[in-house]
Amino acid sequence: MAISPPRERLWWKQPIHRVELIWILVAFLWGIVMFGMMVYWHAFGKHNLSNETYKVAPNEYYAKTEAMVSKYTVREEKGIPVVHPPPGSDVYLMARVWAWYPSLEFEQGQTYRLHLSSIDLQHGFSLQPMNINIQVHPGYEHVLTVTADQAREYSIICNEFCGFGHHTMVGKLYVVAK
Amino acid sequence: MADSAEPTGTPTQERVPFMQRLLDNPFLLLFIGVTIPTVLYLVWGIMELVQIPVAPR
Amino acid sequence: MATAAETFRICPTTGLKIHLSAQTLIKANAVAAVVFLLFGGLLGLSVALTRWPAVHILPANWFYLALTAHGFNVLLCWIIFFEVAILYFASAVLLNSRLAAPRAAWVAFALMVIGAVMTNVVVLQGDSSVMFTSYPPLRAQPGFYLGLILFAVGALTAVGCFFGTLVIAKEEKTYEGSVPLVTFGAITAAIIAVFTLASGAIILIPTFLWSVGLVSNIDPLMYKLVWWAMGHSSQQINVSAHVAVWYAIAAMTLGAKPISEKVSRTAFLLYILFLQLASAHHLLVEPGLSSEWKVFNTSYAMYLAVLGSMIHGMTVPGAVETAQRERGYTKGLFEWLRKAPWGNPAFAGFFLSLVLFGFLGGISGVVMGTEQINLLMHNTLYAPGHFHATVVAGTTLAFMAITYLVVPLIFQKEIMFPRMAQWQPYIFAIGIAGISVFMMGAGTLGVPRRHWDITFSDALLHYDYPPAAYLMLALNGLSAIAAALGGAMYIINVVASVSFGKSVKGAVRQAQPATPLPAAVVGQYGSVAHVRIPGTVVLVTVFLVSFVLYYFVNWKYLSEVWPMR
Repeated sequence: MAISPPRERLWWKQPIHRVELIWILVAFLWGIVMFGMMVYWHAFGKHNLSNETYKVAPNEYYAKTEAMVSKYTVREEKGIPVVHPPPGSDVYLMARVWAWYPSLEFEQGQTYRLHLSSIDLQHGFSLQPMNINIQVHPGYEHVLTVTADQAREYSIICNEFCGFGHHTMVGKLYVVAK
Repeated sequence: MADSAEPTGTPTQERVPFMQRLLDNPFLLLFIGVTIPTVLYLVWGIMELVQIPVAPR
Repeated sequence: MATAAETFRICPTTGLKIHLSAQTLIKANAVAAVVFLLFGGLLGLSVALTRWPAVHILPANWFYLALTAHGFNVLLCWIIFFEVAILYFASAVLLNSRLAAPRAAWVAFALMVIGAVMTNVVVLQGDSSVMFTSYPPLRAQPGFYLGLILFAVGALTAVGCFFGTLVIAKEEKTYEGSVPLVTFGAITAAIIAVFTLASGAIILIPTFLWSVGLVSNIDPLMYKLVWWAMGHSSQQINVSAHVAVWYAIAAMTLGAKPISEKVSRTAFLLYILFLQLASAHHLLVEPGLSSEWKVFNTSYAMYLAVLGSMIHGMTVPGAVETAQRERGYTKGLFEWLRKAPWGNPAFAGFFLSLVLFGFLGGISGVVMGTEQINLLMHNTLYAPGHFHATVVAGTTLAFMAITYLVVPLIFQKEIMFPRMAQWQPYIFAIGIAGISVFMMGAGTLGVPRRHWDITFSDALLHYDYPPAAYLMLALNGLSAIAAALGGAMYIINVVASVSFGKSVKGAVRQAQPATPLPAAVVGQYGSVAHVRIPGTVVLVTVFLVSFVLYYFVNWKYLSEVWPMR
């Protein structure tokens, strides 16, 4: 039994039954397939999270965000600026308690360099209803290259707990048809 | 070796296979089991984090 | 030895020699575990009912407090106390040995209790609602970290007593040959525990110093990397421990023997080598770590630890099938399973734990732990959905199941309400399976975890989740009620049996196999000629097909989001 020592002294020399061997082989190969899928997707897939990351002081990130906001704001909504940056440009999204700043407006089919960082706590970038989720850290600037392929209104939810107002932290990202 | 003193005199005097000796040695397993994640997960990960460049201004 | 009679007793059921100090320590740790399960379970119910938008019982600050305390009490206290009991059982009891340094084991117990109480008190004071993960720069009161450190030091001491007992048992030749498979599983858990608790100390000590102002800054990314070497690996202790418990229950209820010692132990070896790398599951959408690091670690070095689990997934039911077939249940593919002792809560809990852990917890874990697919799931309710299938349906249910054997064998008390015990595993399993499935469903719809209000009623800007998300949260609430009922049935029965139950005289009927195996058969089966497990082959094939389909469905979902690089 499994609760008493093995009956055979040299249990390592016991042969393995064919059924077990086949299952081990199948399970091993399935592991290789799953490993291969991740590698394959890096080579040929279109949905890989960027690794481009920089250390950044929160006040510097704040300054970069403000510079973009003052240049490209097109309107305001409930006091929050909506920014329409030119396609291909660097776009700074700043997380803080408890807001995503500013709101963004992208053009459909265009590609942007989206920078994510926080100036206080950790936050969770969760783009809905698409359901893309990325962790946002203070002190680190994460740069993604994204292509907005459907025109509609998206919301950015915070999905990392960031204090008692966490559930009020919602931002907006609009994708407009050209 | 611990298996050399077998008083019974049964025909099972063969050497214990290497893998069985490994699996019967909890402290060797402990060493391996702590070293592997320390090197592959922690040390490799920390090296990557300390090498992150500062953002261009 | 003259004192041997006083310090040991012979178990009339199993014939094992039980060290009385070890027995008392097993009792103490198991009782502490159940107390924390009660507290943490009630908190969990309040959390689930708050997330049900139509019920929403707690205000926001209480919700975040309750969620912090829920995670700490069940994920750490209940599980680790019970695991310490299992470690003492698998070393001292199964090896017929005395426990090494019982005094140190008591110090360990005291440290764990003090640490657990301290952290709980600090959390209940209200200004340390930082979640179980306590990601900086979010800061808790110093006592929060200090309690965790004391708890970890205590647990590490207990693991030391376990390794010490292995040494004593070997030196005093209390067993012959290799340790039993269950003890080997416990060794696996203990090895992972050393890495886990050491990582915890490495990161929590500077964080504690930061909370009292002696360290100016804790890097949030570095914290997360090291913290998860504790946070995730501690769940790998659970996996190793509950797989060992599966083998133990199969052996104790059916006399089942592993088909092959070599295969089962190699599967545990794969855990020792690779399981802990999966701490990377929590860092897949983090900035700053390379894809090479992520892919290698998240896949446990090319899924070799998953291979270990899939091996156990065949050898555990295979051992049951072999034992049942030897008993004469040989008709068709599944007579062995139909005629299994489903009325025995230890067996029922064990088999439900095995199935739910594999199908719900295992598959969802590997899918969510795929580097790119994690983008769809990180920090959504999918994550708690997954780990409730592993830690609750897998570990907790297995631990509950073995309690029904531990109470008569170690506490020497009869189970007071046998009918209640019969129903308990099913009610708990239905509840917890519902919790897992509906939380995963909500997560697939983008509902965040750790979130008080997805209606965003106080927010400046709004987002409307689809009605299906609300349905999922309601069903999750209902399932949580069922699970809480199952949990209450367990706790009431165990507490009543231990406190007021009739003492067991002589051998325990329940723990013996329904039909004892003929001695000649016990000697032989397990050898190659006797292995015939067609039913298990069907089960694992169904499992693999589900796994493959679900895996590729998620790649399909991923291919529909915005292109990004």
